[in-house]
Amino acid sequence: MTLLDDVASPAPAAPPRRPRRTGRVPVALLLPAALGLLFLVLPLAGLLVRAPWSTLPQRLTEPGVLTALRLSVVTATAATLLCLALGVPLAWLLARVDFPGRRVVRALVTVPLVLPPVVGGVALLLVFGRRGLLGGWLDSTFGVTLPFTTTGVVLAEAFVAMPFLVIAVEGALRGADGRYEEAAATLGASRWTTFTHVTLPLVAPGIAAGAVLCWARALGEFGATITFAGNFPGRTQTMPLAVYLALETDLQAAIVLSLVLLTVSVVILASLRDRWISGP
Amino acid sequence: MTADLTVRGATPRVGAPLLDARLVVERRSFRLDLPLAVHAGEVVALLGPNGAGKTTALRALAGLLPLSDGHLTLAGRDLDRPGRRLWSPPERRPIGVVFQDYLLFPHLTALDNVAFGPRRQGLRRRAARERAAGWLDRMGLADHARSRPRHLSGGQAQRVALARALAVEPALLLLDEPLAALDARTRLDTRAQLQRHLAAHPGATLLVTHDPLDALVLADRLVIVEDGRVVQEGDAATITAQPRTDYVARLVGLNLYRGHATGHTVALAGGFELTTGDAHDGDVFVAFPPSAVALHAARPDGSPRNTWPTTIGGVQRHGDNLRVQLAGPIEVAADVTPLAAAHLRLAPGRPVWAAVKATETRAYPAAPPARDARTDR
Amino acid sequence: MSAPRFRAALAVVVALAVTGLAGCGGDDPAGPQPGGSGGATTVSGNLTVLAAASLTESFTRIGRDFEAAHPGTTVTFSFAGSSALATQINQGAPADVFASAAPATMRTVTDAGNGAGSPTTFVRNQLVIAVPKGNPHGVTGLTDLTKPDAKVALCAEQVPCGAAATKALDAAGVTLTPVTLEQDVKAALAKVKLGEVDAALVYRTDVRAAAADVDGVEFPESSGAVNDYPIVVLKNAPNKPAARAFVDHVLSDTGRAVLTEAGFQVP
Repeated sequence: MTLLDDVASPAPAAPPRRPRRTGRVPVALLLPAALGLLFLVLPLAGLLVRAPWSTLPQRLTEPGVLTALRLSVVTATAATLLCLALGVPLAWLLARVDFPGRRVVRALVTVPLVLPPVVGGVALLLVFGRRGLLGGWLDSTFGVTLPFTTTGVVLAEAFVAMPFLVIAVEGALRGADGRYEEAAATLGASRWTTFTHVTLPLVAPGIAAGAVLCWARALGEFGATITFAGNFPGRTQTMPLAVYLALETDLQAAIVLSLVLLTVSVVILASLRDRWISGP
Repeated sequence: MTADLTVRGATPRVGAPLLDARLVVERRSFRLDLPLAVHAGEVVALLGPNGAGKTTALRALAGLLPLSDGHLTLAGRDLDRPGRRLWSPPERRPIGVVFQDYLLFPHLTALDNVAFGPRRQGLRRRAARERAAGWLDRMGLADHARSRPRHLSGGQAQRVALARALAVEPALLLLDEPLAALDARTRLDTRAQLQRHLAAHPGATLLVTHDPLDALVLADRLVIVEDGRVVQEGDAATITAQPRTDYVARLVGLNLYRGHATGHTVALAGGFELTTGDAHDGDVFVAFPPSAVALHAARPDGSPRNTWPTTIGGVQRHGDNLRVQLAGPIEVAADVTPLAAAHLRLAPGRPVWAAVKATETRAYPAAPPARDARTDR
Repeated sequence: MSAPRFRAALAVVVALAVTGLAGCGGDDPAGPQPGGSGGATTVSGNLTVLAAASLTESFTRIGRDFEAAHPGTTVTFSFAGSSALATQINQGAPADVFASAAPATMRTVTDAGNGAGSPTTFVRNQLVIAVPKGNPHGVTGLTDLTKPDAKVALCAEQVPCGAAATKALDAAGVTLTPVTLEQDVKAALAKVKLGEVDAALVYRTDVRAAAADVDGVEFPESSGAVNDYPIVVLKNAPNKPAARAFVDHVLSDTGRAVLTEAGFQVP
């Protein structure tokens, strides 16, 4: 290379933009895709077909339905906020700090994903229950008991839903270019300021996606909730619990409750998605 | 070679340098050991091939990588001195960095990107924005203050990045391949503007690049690194006239050989002899440009001193001419016109005669670079 | 998609879900069944029994006895809340025998025409107050459970033990506020075992099965809420001979001995 090469060489032409492929979709992909969709949608269709449409209005206005729905939405939202407050820093730690045993910690974080939620509920009881490792101390020191309370529901939901948030946010953090944080540091930003002013805005879409997943998981939580927080209308009976118990005696009531849960979650998730998560 | 370029004059510097450092970084099989001194108002280019340690040096200066040894003193303050366990994190160093791909924060406007540094220095939002607006104005970007980085062109983004780095009023400005991300046309304009802004910067400036043109246009002084060490340093004129390594020679487009001179005759390794215009005794470098090499189909008459038979190794386009690589007995690059090439029917493997006039060669003593004597302190 | 085809597809999905829930896969309901119309000695093949959760311990023993008495048979149990099992049967789950913890639940199956013949009551179960081992709060009767600081777990009214508890409490004229309405009797008992509640109303058989962890306190009003357990061979039973033999075995003296030992009363 010589000094003059640079000026003499012509500007590299921008590669011509290739039009998006619109050719035939391969059957090998289309067929399983269609089957997959059918597999997911068919059970929902089943609910719709078997729903007692004629008695729907009167079933919906039963007081228990609204109570359970309100409790579900409130606790799922509270659980999501709790997960955000604890899970985002945890995800940051996993993604950005190289500490010994990080792989073990990451594996531990995902445990609630594979643990049967009922076992999760028992585990929560063993820690936060009246005779639990922390529960006894909480009770004797602060007079706080968590089982059979709405707070207990929030804890149970957060326990089960937090991995979804942590995994989503950690993925977003790993995908984000860490050099932006270096750039912020060279401009005088402390690590905390960098986190709040650069890192968080950069991974905001990932956090939003994680929060939505987390909320949806919390909304549908059943096993850990009924085990840890029990079942009492208005206090700890969320929609999934109401659905389960309705199933004991009245299949149609269970279907109605499920439809309500389904509708509310789809409406909320769809509206959030449009707002925060950049879809196609 | 340099006559047609605007090369900054090498201003002699007096007094203590603003940046005084010996950057030692050891990583696995690589060791960087780079003495570096830059005066206030001086622009130094760190030039070298990929993997030479340029970026490592820049990261060490910025505080993104700790030194293994040596020291880094800026404006009388020790920022990194492993021997005394002194280390300042990047956010506490009076250093501004323009990164290779700028790293403008995508969620902030151009204005807020530039105001980011001043805000961190404690300025209130309004004051920081005013200062940022001033810098954008100076960069000719007042109209783009509210644009997000993704709506800026490459050249505009480069200037915003420069404004952002300068807005913290750094004692040391670091630029990492500042023009590499731009296409050739934009590069020409941006280079000229960058030269103006660097000249106005009162602090020290260190420019890291692998592009000799950037280095020659923008810098007062060149420090050439290869494999973690300084191989040559000095002003542009000296380096282009007297390269000391193959890399530098290729950068400036010269054929370079090292040998032992006895008068006008220089014996190269392998026994080949060149006759030079300059007379020396002892170890010397011999350099001549590819254009000084003439090719002939048969042994030329009138015989210039340096004539030897060889074969064509390869032919490439080079500007308006063709550059021919000659294989054996010494590797030589020769430039020929397309007309001459057609006449000679140049093709790899074809035997030719090469000739170089002694008067077109330069010989200069191969004394070790002055720097080597004082790397240890 | 036409309605019948849609129904067929739906049936597949429901069947998948149901076998998943019941956790008793393995036998092929459509497969040919050897043996058939002969007496008890010719009984063989797979037998699927859906039974109320409170029968877990005793039916498991009875099942082993049955397999020993009829070599070549394999009994697979699915224990769950009676109502859940009834729902599965009415949605077409392949099973041979259904043993419910409540006549009302059994009726949902027979009313849907899914029983072969009429159900037989084979045992009765009574409620007791389950308390932590040693009865630390000195519970002697239902009124002790109405104290404001007493934490009590009941079954939800939708499940048989909850319905029985309501009946017993009504009979006693006692009003109490439980902290939780559990989804089945085992869950209510678990809360006592874990010490999360001071007492729960559960079946005597459950207390006996968990005798290591809990004590049972009998109360007179429980006689007003005796729970009958009906058993029936299912209409679509893939292995009807084995199913009939199994029901006979439950009603036999050996079967009743096992059930009595578990704390059931035989009618």
